[in-house]
Amino acid sequence: MNLHEYQSKDLFRAAGIPVPPGEVASSVKEAVSAAARFSYPVVVKAQVLIGGRGKAGGVKVVRTPEELEREAGRILGMDIRGLKVGRVLITPSADIDREYYAGMVLDRKNETPLLMVSPAGGIDIEEVARVTPGKILRIPIDLRGLPSYRARAAARFLDKNPAIQKQIAPILTRLARVYRDQDASLAEINPLVVTKQGEVLALDAKIVIDDNALDRHPDLASWRDLSAEDKGEVEARERGLSYVKLDGSIGCVVNGAGLAMATMDLIQYHGGKPANFLDIGGSSNPEKVESAMNILTGDARVRAVLFNIFGGITRCDDVARGLLAALDRLSVRIPIVIRLTGTNEKEARELLGKRGLMALSDMDEAVRAVIARAAEAA
Amino acid sequence: MSVLIGRSTRVVVQGITGRDGSFHTRGMLDYGTKVVAGVTPGKGGERVHGVPVFDSVEEAVSKTGANCSVIYVPAALAQDAIYEGVDSGIPLVVCISEGIPVRDMVEVSAYLEGRPTRLVGPNCPGLISPGQSKVGIMPGSIVKPGKVGVVSRSGTLTYEVVWQLTRAGLGQSTCIGIGGDPIVGTRFADMLALYEQDPGTSAIVLIGEIGGSDEEDAALLIRRSISKPVVAFVAGQTAPPGKRMGHAGAIVSGGSGTAQEKMARFQDAGIPVAKTPSEIPGLIAAALQGKRKSKLTLLRSKKKAARPKSKAKPKSKRKTRRE
Repeated sequence: MNLHEYQSKDLFRAAGIPVPPGEVASSVKEAVSAAARFSYPVVVKAQVLIGGRGKAGGVKVVRTPEELEREAGRILGMDIRGLKVGRVLITPSADIDREYYAGMVLDRKNETPLLMVSPAGGIDIEEVARVTPGKILRIPIDLRGLPSYRARAAARFLDKNPAIQKQIAPILTRLARVYRDQDASLAEINPLVVTKQGEVLALDAKIVIDDNALDRHPDLASWRDLSAEDKGEVEARERGLSYVKLDGSIGCVVNGAGLAMATMDLIQYHGGKPANFLDIGGSSNPEKVESAMNILTGDARVRAVLFNIFGGITRCDDVARGLLAALDRLSVRIPIVIRLTGTNEKEARELLGKRGLMALSDMDEAVRAVIARAAEAA
Repeated sequence: MSVLIGRSTRVVVQGITGRDGSFHTRGMLDYGTKVVAGVTPGKGGERVHGVPVFDSVEEAVSKTGANCSVIYVPAALAQDAIYEGVDSGIPLVVCISEGIPVRDMVEVSAYLEGRPTRLVGPNCPGLISPGQSKVGIMPGSIVKPGKVGVVSRSGTLTYEVVWQLTRAGLGQSTCIGIGGDPIVGTRFADMLALYEQDPGTSAIVLIGEIGGSDEEDAALLIRRSISKPVVAFVAGQTAPPGKRMGHAGAIVSGGSGTAQEKMARFQDAGIPVAKTPSEIPGLIAAALQGKRKSKLTLLRSKKKAARPKSKAKPKSKRKTRRE
C-alpha cells in the first residue's frame, strides 16, 4: 500500500525525523487557511499515489494568497497519469542549499533490508544508479538494525561538514527503524536537504507498506485513501481478487498470477492488447467470478473477455457457475471466449453448453478467438 | 530418480486439521505420498484421514520418522511454523502458506543461514515427483514420470506447462514451484544444481516471471556450470512498471526486473527462450534430441578416433548448445 507524502511525513515525524511543517487541504478554502499559518512563499503539493507529479505540474511555489488560490484551484481535481488529485499539502518553502538521497529498500538478492544513500539527491535513484553508480553507498541492514557507526559513515559519505553529519546520522538510523517497525517495503527521503540555515530536513517522503503486513498495522490500513485509487482496483481488492488495469481492449479472467501474466503476454503475442491483469485466485468461488465480470464490464474499453482457467485446486465447474450467475445478473453485451481445462472440465462444459456457450481447451486457440471477437465488436 | 522428494519421503503436515491442510492431506494420500503425521497444537491424539495428529513437530518426528514437513497454516502463524520445522531437524520444509510479511521472511532467511534445513516456498504449490510422491497442492493428474525437471515461480502456469509436456509425451522427474514471494527459501540456482546432479533428469524447464534478479542469476549459473539443456520462459512482458502482478514478488521496480531483461540474459547465455508456453515442449524435445545426437557422435568418435580427439569433444558439444 502506497502512502501519501503527508502520511509518510507523519510517520517520519513520529519517529523523530525532522520534516517541515505542513497542512493537508482538500479545498481551495482549506488551502488558504492552512497557508495563513505559515509565511509565504509556500509550496502546494498534489497528493497522488503515483510518481512524476512535479513534471505533470502538480507541485507549485506560490508567493501570495491570490496565487495560492489560483494554483490550489488548478491542482485540486487535476489529472495526473489517470489519477485525480483530491488533496494538496501546503508547506513552507525551504531555503535549499544542497540535496541528498536516503532510502530503505529490500535487497531481494541478499534477503536483507538495504540502506542506500547518495549525494545526488532530488532525482530518481534508479537514474543515479544507471549514470553514476559510484555516487551510491549501500549498507545492508542485519538483525541489529543500523548501528550508529555505520550511520556516521553514511553521513560522512553525504556531507563534509561535521555539524551536518551529526544531524544526518540519527536520521538514517531512524529511517531504518521506521522501515522495520512499519513493515515498509520502501521508505525514502528524496530529497534530504540541508537548508541555507544549516538545518537538515526530509523535504519529501515516500513510504510503501507491505500489503501482507497490514493486518498487524490496523492504524496504517485505515489510512488507505480509496478516492486516490482506480475504482476497479479498489472493488477487486474488497472482493479478494488481484486486478491491475491496463489500457488494452481484451479483458481477461484467469486463475493464478503466473498464468494471468502469461495470458496477457499471449494476447499481445497474437496481436491484441490486454485490458487488465486479473487473478481470481486458487480457490473455487463462483462469487469471485461474478465480481470479476462486474469489474470488467464496468471498463468501457473492454471489447471482449477471455476466461482462461486451468483447473487444479480451482474446479472448472465452479468457474462456469460463477460465469453463468454473472450473465444472469449483469447485462453483458460483449463477447466472451472461454478456455478451460483440468479438474471438472466435463461438468463445466455441460453447464456452459446448456446455455449455448462453448469452451475451448487450447490457450493459443482461445486467445486468437478472443482477439477476432474483439475486432468484430469494435 | 527425482530431486528433493521421492519414495522414501515421509511427510508431516503442519496445520493438518485446518481446511486447507486437511483437504490437501487427502490429495497427497490419494497420490500415494507417505503422509505419516500431522501437527496442530492442542489436537494431539486426533486423526485426520487416518493420519495421527501430534501437538508438536518434534513429537511427530520422533514417533513417525518424518523427514519432510509441509506447512498449510495461516500467514500470521507461518514464521513460527517454519521455525518449528527447522528446529525439529527436518531436512526439507515446504511452506505453502501465502501472504507472509516480508519482514518475517527476512528473519527466517537469517535464521536458516548455516542450518541444514532446506526451505521451499513460501507462497508456492510445492513439489511432485511423478509416480513417487507429491508434497503440496499440485494436481497429480497432469504429471507423468519422465526425465524433464520443471522449476517455476508460479502455480497454475506451472500446471499449464507440465500438462503440455505430458501431452507431448515428455514426462517429468520432479516439478517444483519455488514460490511467488520476494524472499523464498529455494531459488532457481539451487534447483538447477540439484537437477544437474540428478541422473533421472535430462533436461530442465525454467519458468520465471518479472521482479527480482533470480532469473539473471540462473542464466549466469547455467552458462558456467549446468551441462544439461535448459529451456526458459518468462511471464510478464506486458506488465506495467510499479504494479504488483498478483505475486508479492512479481513487480518491476525502478526499471529493473523486467521480462525483457531476463529473456535477454537467457539468450545471452545460449538458453532457448520460449515465446509462448506452447513452444516449450517442442524446444525441450529438440534439446533432448540434440543431446542424444551429440552423445551418439561422441560414442562413435570414441570408437573410431584416437583419444586426444574424443577428449576434446565434450567442449565442442557445449559450444554448439550455447551459441
